[in-house]
Amino acid sequence: MHPAPSVIIFTSFSGLGFGLLLFLGLGFPPVTGWVAFVFYAIAYALAVGGLLASTFHLGNPQRALKAFTQWKTSWLSREAWLSVAALLVMAVYAFCAVFLDTRLTVIGWIGAALSLLTVYSTSMIYGQLRTVPRWNQPLTPVHLLTLSIAGGALLAGQMTAAAALLALAAAVQVAHWQVGDSALKESGTNLATATGLGTPGNIRAFEPPHTGTNYLLKEFVHVVGRKHSRKLRMIALTLGYGLPVVLLIIPGAGHVLGLLAVISHVAGLVTSRWLFFAEAEHVVGLYYGKRSA
Amino acid sequence: MTELPASTQKKLGLVIDLDTCVGCHACVISCKGWNTENYGAPLSDVDAYGADPAGTFLNRVHSYEITPAEGPAQLVHFPKSCLHCEDAPCVTVCPTGASYKRQEDGIVLVNETACIGCGLCAWACPYGARELDALEGVMKKCTLCVDRIYNENLPEVDRQPACVRTCPAGARHFGDLGDPDSDVSKLVAERGGMDLMPEQGTKPVNKYLPPRPKQDRAEEFDILAPFLEPVAEDPKGFLGWLDKALERL
Amino acid sequence: MAHTQPAIDLSPKVSDEIRKTTCYMCACRCGINVHMKDGKVAYIEGNRDHPVNKGVLCAKGSAGIMQVNAPSRLRAPLKRVGPRGSGEFEEITWDEALEIAVSWLKPIRENDPEKLAFFTGRDQSQSFTGLWAQNFGTPNFAAHGGFCSVNMAAGGIYTMGGAFWEFGQPDWDHTKLLMIFGVAEDHDSNPIKMGLGKIKARGAKVIGVNPIRSGYNAIADEWVGITPGTDGLFILSLIHCLLKAGRIDLNYLRRYTNAPVLVNGDESSPEHGLLLRDEDGKMLVLDRRTGKPAPFDDPDVVPDLAGTWRNAGITHRPVFQLLADRYLSDDYAPEAVADRVGISAKRIRHIAAELARVAFEEEIEIDQPWTDFRGVKHDKMIGRPVSFHAMRGISAHSNGFQTCRALHVLQILLGSVEVPGGFRFKPPYPKPTEAHPKPHCGVTPGKPLNGPHLGYVQGPDDLCLKDDGSPARIDKAYTWENPMSAHGLMHMVISNAYAGDPYKIDTLFMYMANMSWNSSMNTSGVMKMLTDKDENGDYVIPRIIYSDAYSSEMVAYADLILPDTTYLERHDCISLLDRPICEADAAADAIRWPVIEPDRDVRGFQSVLVDLGARLGMPAFVNEDGSAKYKDYADYIVNHERKPGIGPLAGFRGDGSDKGRGAPNPEQLNRYIENGGFFVEHIPDAALYYKPWNADYQNWAVGMGLYDSPQPYLFSLYAEPMRRFQLAAEGHGDRQPPEHLRERVKTVMDPLPIWYPPFEDGHVDPEEYPVHALTQRPMAMYHSWGTQNAWLRQLHGRNPLYVPTKIWEANGFCEGDWARVTSAHGSIVVPVAHMAALNENTVWTWNAIGKRKGAWALDEHAPEATKGFLLNHLIHELLPPKGDGMRWANSDPVTGQAAWFDLRVKIEKVAAPEEAQPAYPPIKSPVGQGPQNLAWKVGK
Ligand SMILES: Nc1nc2c(c(=O)[nH]1)N[C@H]1C(S)=C(S)[C@@H](COP(=O)(O)OP(=O)(O)OC[C@H]3O[C@@H](n4cnc5c(=O)[nH]c(N)nc54)[C@H](O)[C@@H]3O)O[C@H]1N2
Ligand SMILES: Nc1nc2c(c(=O)[nH]1)N[C@H]1C(S)=C(S)[C@@H](COP(=O)(O)OP(=O)(O)OC[C@H]3O[C@@H](n4cnc5c(=O)[nH]c(N)nc54)[C@H](O)[C@@H]3O)O[C@H]1N2
Ligand code: SF4
Ligand code: SF4
Ligand code: SF4
Ligand code: SF4
Ligand code: SF4
Ligand SMILES: [Mo]
Repeated sequence: MHPAPSVIIFTSFSGLGFGLLLFLGLGFPPVTGWVAFVFYAIAYALAVGGLLASTFHLGNPQRALKAFTQWKTSWLSREAWLSVAALLVMAVYAFCAVFLDTRLTVIGWIGAALSLLTVYSTSMIYGQLRTVPRWNQPLTPVHLLTLSIAGGALLAGQMTAAAALLALAAAVQVAHWQVGDSALKESGTNLATATGLGTPGNIRAFEPPHTGTNYLLKEFVHVVGRKHSRKLRMIALTLGYGLPVVLLIIPGAGHVLGLLAVISHVAGLVTSRWLFFAEAEHVVGLYYGKRSA
Repeated sequence: MTELPASTQKKLGLVIDLDTCVGCHACVISCKGWNTENYGAPLSDVDAYGADPAGTFLNRVHSYEITPAEGPAQLVHFPKSCLHCEDAPCVTVCPTGASYKRQEDGIVLVNETACIGCGLCAWACPYGARELDALEGVMKKCTLCVDRIYNENLPEVDRQPACVRTCPAGARHFGDLGDPDSDVSKLVAERGGMDLMPEQGTKPVNKYLPPRPKQDRAEEFDILAPFLEPVAEDPKGFLGWLDKALERL
Repeated sequence: MAHTQPAIDLSPKVSDEIRKTTCYMCACRCGINVHMKDGKVAYIEGNRDHPVNKGVLCAKGSAGIMQVNAPSRLRAPLKRVGPRGSGEFEEITWDEALEIAVSWLKPIRENDPEKLAFFTGRDQSQSFTGLWAQNFGTPNFAAHGGFCSVNMAAGGIYTMGGAFWEFGQPDWDHTKLLMIFGVAEDHDSNPIKMGLGKIKARGAKVIGVNPIRSGYNAIADEWVGITPGTDGLFILSLIHCLLKAGRIDLNYLRRYTNAPVLVNGDESSPEHGLLLRDEDGKMLVLDRRTGKPAPFDDPDVVPDLAGTWRNAGITHRPVFQLLADRYLSDDYAPEAVADRVGISAKRIRHIAAELARVAFEEEIEIDQPWTDFRGVKHDKMIGRPVSFHAMRGISAHSNGFQTCRALHVLQILLGSVEVPGGFRFKPPYPKPTEAHPKPHCGVTPGKPLNGPHLGYVQGPDDLCLKDDGSPARIDKAYTWENPMSAHGLMHMVISNAYAGDPYKIDTLFMYMANMSWNSSMNTSGVMKMLTDKDENGDYVIPRIIYSDAYSSEMVAYADLILPDTTYLERHDCISLLDRPICEADAAADAIRWPVIEPDRDVRGFQSVLVDLGARLGMPAFVNEDGSAKYKDYADYIVNHERKPGIGPLAGFRGDGSDKGRGAPNPEQLNRYIENGGFFVEHIPDAALYYKPWNADYQNWAVGMGLYDSPQPYLFSLYAEPMRRFQLAAEGHGDRQPPEHLRERVKTVMDPLPIWYPPFEDGHVDPEEYPVHALTQRPMAMYHSWGTQNAWLRQLHGRNPLYVPTKIWEANGFCEGDWARVTSAHGSIVVPVAHMAALNENTVWTWNAIGKRKGAWALDEHAPEATKGFLLNHLIHELLPPKGDGMRWANSDPVTGQAAWFDLRVKIEKVAAPEEAQPAYPPIKSPVGQGPQNLAWKVGK
């Protein structure tokens, strides 16, 4: 899949933002007043900014409101509802915390649950797609959720929890890659089933339908070399998970190290998310004879 | 609407004969012509005269090469447009309801006035049957020429998809695949019509007729030998045969 | 919740009006319905009533709308202001343009008409352009047939009075086995596809003979991946097998062919090898009842193939025996040819057996009585349902003429021409060679030529030679180098004019031919010839006038451009006098008419010729008083009469009800328009088959004005005109070939088909250049025109060189690699791609995709110009020198057909260059560049 910056930013930052809201809703840290304001500003900036970014890749963003109509079947529609609900509920909670110095615990829990569900619905937009076997695995929501939660913990300054959660997320990440690497093969979809012709070894794409490019090729066919991908995976693992954990468990880690951990995590997260898209092969690529190395 | 109808009255679709398609792209361009002028936004072309032209097409003809274990390699031309799936994943993922499957005939359409151009339906389609128009920002796909097949401004014979009407080789057939007695259903039964990517669970309505087996294999050769039994061994004998043969006429 | 869905308009208005005319996105000439909205072209579809396409339309046809709006359209007459080849022009008025043209042409016509060479490319108004050239008085006129497929045309006409090309077709409704040789697309584009579809629907069989298995060959049930240039040998081997097994149609042979005609066996006679004739000139056959010769058309004669006639001590044998002698020889046994043709002996026998089985065991009968030219009545039409089709794959070789003849001989031996299930002619064919004109070259300054330029020679006397024996024509057509060059040699015009061989010319006038690019061999050389100057600083070819509709590569090389309209903006006439659109069941012709008005200062080229003809005072274009005879081309189409009652269009003559013959009808064009742009007249049932010998057909054809009297004839297994040339080479007669050509004429003018290796094989080292290199037409592109079309260029915007597995692996090629391809003449560096379904010694690419930077209103970085390429750089119009001091033409020695497909190359992997090589600097576009984006919708 084409690793579009808007989608990478959307999913990475909104994931972080909702992760942070989750912790704030649960009362970690139990902040109020100006401190709370800063936390919520960061959370909202990430969540809303991410959501806004997602509209950049819309062909007709002015109709975006229509996306609320199909919650019965569409995860994207559900995500729209859930995110708005989460943001609204948490807004009430945040307003009280910042201005009234009150934490409405139940509202916070509801907001936290909605934030989590938002991330889940985002993950299901990808996870449900049978057309992208790498995503179409149970670990996809787990992966995005663990990342979001770990990132939230990190931003929320829950150092110990963050370290543990990052370690867990790293394990899930690795597992997701592992399962993902054989997912297309396991899915049973190949050029032979795609065309009903030949057998997997003896059929190949000859001439493309057009010599030029098209939407499908631009959107779905992105080839990452194996070497390149190994390198990026190491970077993602190191920056996104390893280094932050190390920084966090350094005894007496202060704000500076915490900030470094956050920066490192975000860099790793974005790399991981880039790979999440770039490595995902859409089965339509088979028709074009395009498979990554 | 994003929910699929529980069932459709008809299952209109195409049957494409891979044994007959010569890969001429006529269906591609007539589709482009009709759908640029008709249903919804025109199918645009970006950098039309430039270094990297890319346009929206609802139908594209691929080609594949098969190298069988025995016999020479073969080419198969392979037109592909929306298969109007019964379990169309492109419809259920659509957040706006712009994508829908028609209850009366099963045609999968995009209501362009509701489409936000999120592209998710194209992600959900395993066949690459949807393309987001670069200039208009709305999702385009084969309409099965819904504005032709019932169009009372067209003579009755012309109420069929543009690509079917134009196909010079007659490799494209249109009809109700839900009716076992329709011509297309019979053709599918007779020729072993197949689904693309059945494992994706989309239940495509369109069917593909596989190429007939080629007759390139050596072992079949000898059956015909009796037809070449020599009439004589030498030129003299040949003249003798000729004389007798003429006598018989 | 019930399913809800939007209400949509299922019956939108389709258009305001439909205008029916004829497609010209290629030369197939299908009928089209042009849907108009607000006076603009909105959508183009096929015309269901049209005889050619019956409603279907190819990709190019449907893309016509993008041609008519193409930014590459020329806008006004152009006068060159920069050096030739730069593309620098200034727009001028038509008055000025025509004045310039007249000032160049008038003195030539009055003093030395041969100093004008007028050559037309892919147009279809040859009867008109020919008339113009004839009236001008120059002998130098032809169209593109000489580099296209004249072998096919001439091979067919000299053998059976009609050819493949688009002049005949398999009996699609009855054939049970179609064998198709060397066809990628052909002129009959849609009809062939429709026919293949019909065959497939019936479950009949198709055998494709082609080194490349794409397109039609991809759907063939059986593929024969022959070695290029060896089809003749393969076919003669099939003939060997069939003869040996007696699987031939003796009845057919003795009635309808010259198989029983006696050949003069007197070796000392100047007529040795010619056919015996009686005092009336009628060919003599041996009558089986009497053992004596009798005229072939005697109603009671029983022609014998087995006997001989001994007279005055000399034995005369029928053609058939000479033929049997030759092909029964073991030289043609499958085992003897297998290696050279690249097909196993077993396979050749198998195919011969299959032909025999279908022809004779699956004979079909149509209950339709008919009467032959001898007056014999037959109660049924017997069919041999094997059919053949072939095109440039066999004709574009230097042995193509003989190969085409071989194929026709095979068809005739099987009795499968003009019978149900076989191959059928389309009117005005069949037509014996004798009914065609002979070529003319008699020049008188200020006067028309003494007759039509092109025709069919019957022997040395008909050659176009000057008194001193030198060629009369600039292209050396109808000379000993290529005696039967029925279409002229367009590919030699520029190089001969440049070399001043046989003479220098003053003005080169061309129409619709991209001669500085894809239609020339040796493209770089041609560009040089067009731009080279002599010692005085003048161009070696002093003046070039060119008519194109678009900003092609050739435009840059002309001095004066006469911009044409597009095909929807002008009158055209698809005439029975030209290359008509008939079907085997019907005679038909058609028009184009301006369904839209041009929005630029352009004029239909034919109308411009009418105007020029009048300005030059040419007899066919002026009245007695010197005034212009025709207002424009439309006026000409309606009022010109070739012979009394016969004009360009056959339909709606006289009061509108006359067909074929009749007085001019001022309403004729309107009647065509009302009728959908065409006219069709069906052939009566009793006349549908056996046309060359069918009395009903012959009479119907006379009524339609196709002939003036019935012209029944025999098919020529033995081509007597060729024997006349051979006789001359043997020393008989006054017109003698030059010594250096004597042996060659003796060999290649064999009256019975022979096979010899393509000439290039003898001139370059096959060990050094082991690979055959071919081109194919892409179905969705027409030569160079398709590239300016925003829709079509997305289908074929670049062209890789397809390489077979063996060569691919030997060179260690990978996807994305490039190769240097070298011939004896030059070298190119191009992208490669792998193809397994390909003859193992053959590489190929799509024809005419590569473009010159700056042409066609495209971006200079367009993939056509950076990755696309032409094979033409590797092909020379002359073969490499061989040590005999001669440069032999890279052409068929019989017809002069350009031998495009003889090319041999070697190939090696190289690092990817910036762009395909050779690369040329851009030419300046006289029309600027096309817009960035398109979203073309004319309706609201
Ligand atoms: N390597 C290789 N080269 C080949 C061949 C091959 O097989 N291989 N094939 C050869 C053969 S058979 C042929 S016929 C030639 C074809 O070669 P050309 O006849 O040169 O073919 P086109 O590219 O069609 O060029 C015709 C010109 O006509 C112009 N034109 C188009 N429409 C109109 C119109 O309405 N009016 C006017 N006035 N001009 C118009 C186009 O712009 C173009 O410049 O190529 C030959 N070249
Ligand atoms: N779409 C489209 N249609 C066209 C044209 C076009 O440009 N585009 N051009 C028109 C013109 S001008 C012409 S002349 C016709 C030509 O129509 P075709 O005769 O179909 O011309 P080519 O594409 O040159 O195809 C030649 C075929 O012969 C095969 N071949 C080459 N050498 C040999 C050989 O030695 N033996 C055998 N058996 N096969 C061989 C090649 O693989 C190729 O398939 O098409 C006309 N129709
Ligand atoms: S028009 Fe017909 S033959 Fe041509 S590519 Fe399409 S399906 Fe195949
Ligand atoms: S082919 Fe693709 S776009 Fe068409 S219905 Fe099926 S899933 Fe949807
Ligand atoms: S692109 Fe349009 S049709 Fe497709 S899912 Fe998005 S809103 Fe629905
Ligand atoms: S049915 Fe209509 S929209 Fe669909 S591919 Fe054919 S022409 Fe295009
Ligand atoms: S074959 Fe195609 S381009 Fe040629 S005349 Fe017919 S429709 Fe037009
Ligand atoms: Mo041609």
